[in-house]
Amino acid sequence: MKFSEQWLREWVSPQLDTQALADQITMAGLEVDAVEPVAPAFEGVVVAEVIAKEPHPDADKLNVCRVNDGTGEVQVVCGARNVAVGQRVPFAQVGGLLPGDFKIKKAKLRGVESFGMICSASELGLEEETSEGIFVLPKDAPIGDSVRDYLMLDDATIEVDLTPNRGDCLSVKGMAREVGVLNRLPVQAPGADPVAPSSEQRFPVSVSAVEQCPRYVSRVIDGVDHTRPTPLWMVERLRRSGVRSIDPAVDVTNYVMLELGQPLHAFDLDNLSEGIQVRMAQEGERLTLLDGQDIALRPDTLVIADGTGPLAMAGVMGGESSGVSATTRTLFLEAAYFTQLAVAGQARSYGLHTDASHRFERGVDPSLTAQAIERATRLLIDICGGQAGPVCETQSEAGLPQARRITLREARLEQALSKALASDEVSDILDRLGLTSSYANGEWQVAVPSWRFDIAIEEDLIEEIARIHGYNNLPVRRPAARLALRPANEARLTQSALKNQMVARGYQEAITYSFVAPELQKTLLPEAVSPVLANPISADLSVMRASLFPGLVRALSHNLNRQQHRVRLFETGLVFRGELDSLIQTPMLGALACGPRELEGWSSDKTAVDFFDLKGDLESLLAMGDDSAWRFEPGEHPALHPGQCAELFHGDQPAGWIGTLHPKVRAELGLKVDAVLFEVRLDALSEGVIPAFAPLSRYPEVRRDLAFSLDAQTPVQALLDCVSRQAGDHLEDLKLFDVYTGKGVEPGQKSIALGLTWQHPSRTLNDDEINQRVDSIVAEASATLNAQLRG
Amino acid sequence: MDHLPTLVSEARDAIKAAQSVAELDELRVRYLGKKGEVTALLKGLGKLSAEERPAAGERINQAKQTLAGEIDAKRSALESEALNARLAAEKIDVTLPGRAQAPGGLHPVTRTLERIESLFTRIGYDVAVGPEIEDDYHNFEALNIPAHHPARGMADTFYFDATRLLRTHTSPVQVRTMKESEPPIRIVCPGRVYRSDSDLTHTPMFHQVEGLLVDEGVSFADLKGTIEDFLQAFFERDDLDVRFRPSYFPFTEPSAEVDIQCVMCSGDGCRVCSHSGWLEVMGCGMVHPEVFKHSGIDTERYTGFAFGMGAERLAMLRYGVNDLRLFFENDLRFLRQFA
Repeated sequence: MKFSEQWLREWVSPQLDTQALADQITMAGLEVDAVEPVAPAFEGVVVAEVIAKEPHPDADKLNVCRVNDGTGEVQVVCGARNVAVGQRVPFAQVGGLLPGDFKIKKAKLRGVESFGMICSASELGLEEETSEGIFVLPKDAPIGDSVRDYLMLDDATIEVDLTPNRGDCLSVKGMAREVGVLNRLPVQAPGADPVAPSSEQRFPVSVSAVEQCPRYVSRVIDGVDHTRPTPLWMVERLRRSGVRSIDPAVDVTNYVMLELGQPLHAFDLDNLSEGIQVRMAQEGERLTLLDGQDIALRPDTLVIADGTGPLAMAGVMGGESSGVSATTRTLFLEAAYFTQLAVAGQARSYGLHTDASHRFERGVDPSLTAQAIERATRLLIDICGGQAGPVCETQSEAGLPQARRITLREARLEQALSKALASDEVSDILDRLGLTSSYANGEWQVAVPSWRFDIAIEEDLIEEIARIHGYNNLPVRRPAARLALRPANEARLTQSALKNQMVARGYQEAITYSFVAPELQKTLLPEAVSPVLANPISADLSVMRASLFPGLVRALSHNLNRQQHRVRLFETGLVFRGELDSLIQTPMLGALACGPRELEGWSSDKTAVDFFDLKGDLESLLAMGDDSAWRFEPGEHPALHPGQCAELFHGDQPAGWIGTLHPKVRAELGLKVDAVLFEVRLDALSEGVIPAFAPLSRYPEVRRDLAFSLDAQTPVQALLDCVSRQAGDHLEDLKLFDVYTGKGVEPGQKSIALGLTWQHPSRTLNDDEINQRVDSIVAEASATLNAQLRG
Repeated sequence: MDHLPTLVSEARDAIKAAQSVAELDELRVRYLGKKGEVTALLKGLGKLSAEERPAAGERINQAKQTLAGEIDAKRSALESEALNARLAAEKIDVTLPGRAQAPGGLHPVTRTLERIESLFTRIGYDVAVGPEIEDDYHNFEALNIPAHHPARGMADTFYFDATRLLRTHTSPVQVRTMKESEPPIRIVCPGRVYRSDSDLTHTPMFHQVEGLLVDEGVSFADLKGTIEDFLQAFFERDDLDVRFRPSYFPFTEPSAEVDIQCVMCSGDGCRVCSHSGWLEVMGCGMVHPEVFKHSGIDTERYTGFAFGMGAERLAMLRYGVNDLRLFFENDLRFLRQFA
């Protein structure tokens, strides 16, 4: 809602300057977004009359004019095509200053002297776009007067960002009512006298959708001259509210809507046949709107129709065929009360949003219709002449909002605000707000006025009282609570602990969008199914991620493109898998590494990071919990190198993937370097353990190192599992300390060196029992894995 | 016997000239060993008269002790020389940088969320989370925003179909928590939220922290106290001015927007606060009875307050970040600044 301060002050004018007024409105809950002067600063511009006009002797497009600016006749060269003798125009005198620090000086244009400048609206900063020609003022503009004063440009536009509950403030009247309440001032409505009918002309109206349109008020005005211009003062007020002037009928309906809050519509009666019907649209009906759009109407849409079909979408927008034009002679004016539910969502469902729908959705005071139609009649007849017919009203009492009565309990009010307000003050606030009340036995019985659609329950009244009393005048205290200890699960690793471990391993946390580009997701996860947004902000952000990989890979590209060659990133967040009906939203932790193993330095390892670096980082996370619950198994993942990819299992549950980015995928994504990445389910990672003490043995450990030669294709894990099984009790440690291929090892084989450490809690282990265990390990490894002990 | 002084002087020269511990050991053997030259003199005492013997013996023993002492002294001198030489050889340039691992870091939004969580969990709030793909009921209906309510226009919603959507706020977590538990309830709900808006000051995804306290006798004064304390603690400014402006959220009544004195200019007026001296930082209010009804909480017995804030906004103010979009580009040069 945007309005001129002068317009508001016509209704109510507190002793506050513009800024103080704006602050007061803001603090009452009607947030002022902007206060701007209605015109930029300029000076030395007066009303002048064009007395003579002759073509410039040396220039086709210029005229040499003589104007009377009140001080005498002045010669001025003017380039505007529309300049004509007899016009009153804004004239910038020599020495004057136009917006943009443009000083007016004596000049010579193609040899002809010019003493000043005839201005266009845009040159005065009154129009954003460059104006077509000079600004022609009304014929009665007093010659010699300052244009600033004449147009009352020392005014500000106040723009209020209203919350959806305050539809009652979408008018100068509504804002004035609020300012009146805040300043304890009466509010003055200008020009409120009804216009007595001077003709008998009527047009039949039948309302079948009484629930949606409980009140429909209309009036016929005939004999209008619609070619007359809208008066400058009205054009200016509309402009200050951000509305462009179109023609008198449209301007007046807009003006009354801005002033009173009641949307109106003007039809050209000569384009209407039979009578007006207010009804629901019928299947298959179409309507061409004022903006030229042709739409198919749905049966849940309320329309204004005549014998030939729909004329307007009620409360939203009029139709092209029934609108007014310069040749309109007879107007049919409509001021209706459409219920919130009838209009709510309608405009949006057709992709429309209009000043009218904005108001009806929020609730328009049903008692405004007659006042609005009288006001519009008066303004229209003043501009275009004509005879007004009687005001006709079709009303259904049942559909009108019921009078609301609410009980406000004094005790509840005090409890809610932690403050006992004097009952007189409460009564006074209610009264100022138009909430008629009576107080007895610690309770107010409150009647809600027709314009306050937002007040329905006791809490709404409490808010009103708090608001007017001032939120900042209410007490402050700290909530009291019982100091009850709550259970804390020690075995659960927090997300924060896991994140900190990644940070300790040198990773930066990334946060990427949860929606990704479908092509990227398809490249990395061709089989993935995840929900697709119906209204994405762009195609690039249209499908929900089924994995953290797309976001991490995209962040990698971003950094590689900015000369960041060593990248370590991790992210936590939900991934979305499945169709909507079987959707699973799983929290994951993912990481990506790329570039040199170590930071560049005088002693650093410059080789590129590989699978085992990342696996080590991941294992450091697993070690925070019970790492024996985890297994890595060779696997296949479409985004990962088939020979460098493992699936993770937590117990027997699949829990994630780790691997090197598939070279083919890498090429498709235009990445020139290798990257390794993993993602793991956070719920599995979060399963920690509570430490369980084991007594320290006082007896010596026994260590044996064994080297096996086995098929290069056999996973080491199989050997480790075999050794653990056969090693017997009290194997305290099993280390894999060497992997070797080359000289001394047959081709196709690899040598794996293991260090086994046993320790008994209560005695010394003897050589024989250890030898037995070693024999058993060697025999089993040979039998099941064809692994031979090396000499 | 007569050549004792010569022998001693010769031995002393040899000790002085010795270059190594090994050489000294040889000299000890040569002069003082069982078969050493000085020891040999002791063996010759027998040839002397009984009167001469004690004095001669005394002289020889003295000479032995002198030489032994000199050998020890020389030895420790040589040893310390050797140590010094070794230490000198082992000297390193301590100004070379250490073999550092590259430090990682948390995202500034996480850092901010964790800070907010910790301020509230320390006084007894729990952290609650919920799904990001929500249904219409939890995101709107249960929060007193029925279909076609104009408030639905306040947040541009991303939809999947007629009823499923990306949550536009973390408030659905409130609803889920209230349905599952009994008052007293004290929770903060951090998380990602989504609105279809993208320009200089909006990203289609951002983070919110929602707070909820439900108990008997909770009033607007409790809400004001909690918010004031929180903002002063978050910005570590005891004297931070906080003001409450009436506003509207369908799920709270009364509702308020909270402004703080601009932390960039201390309220003098700057670009960040559009020269108003105030910054809008969060919304809050008393839980609307309709919301309680949806969650099965007795509105006569219990009251509560809720508040919500944008983590990016607070992070920008706290760390002076001037471009919202940086938070989601994941540029390492940006991220490293918060390590």
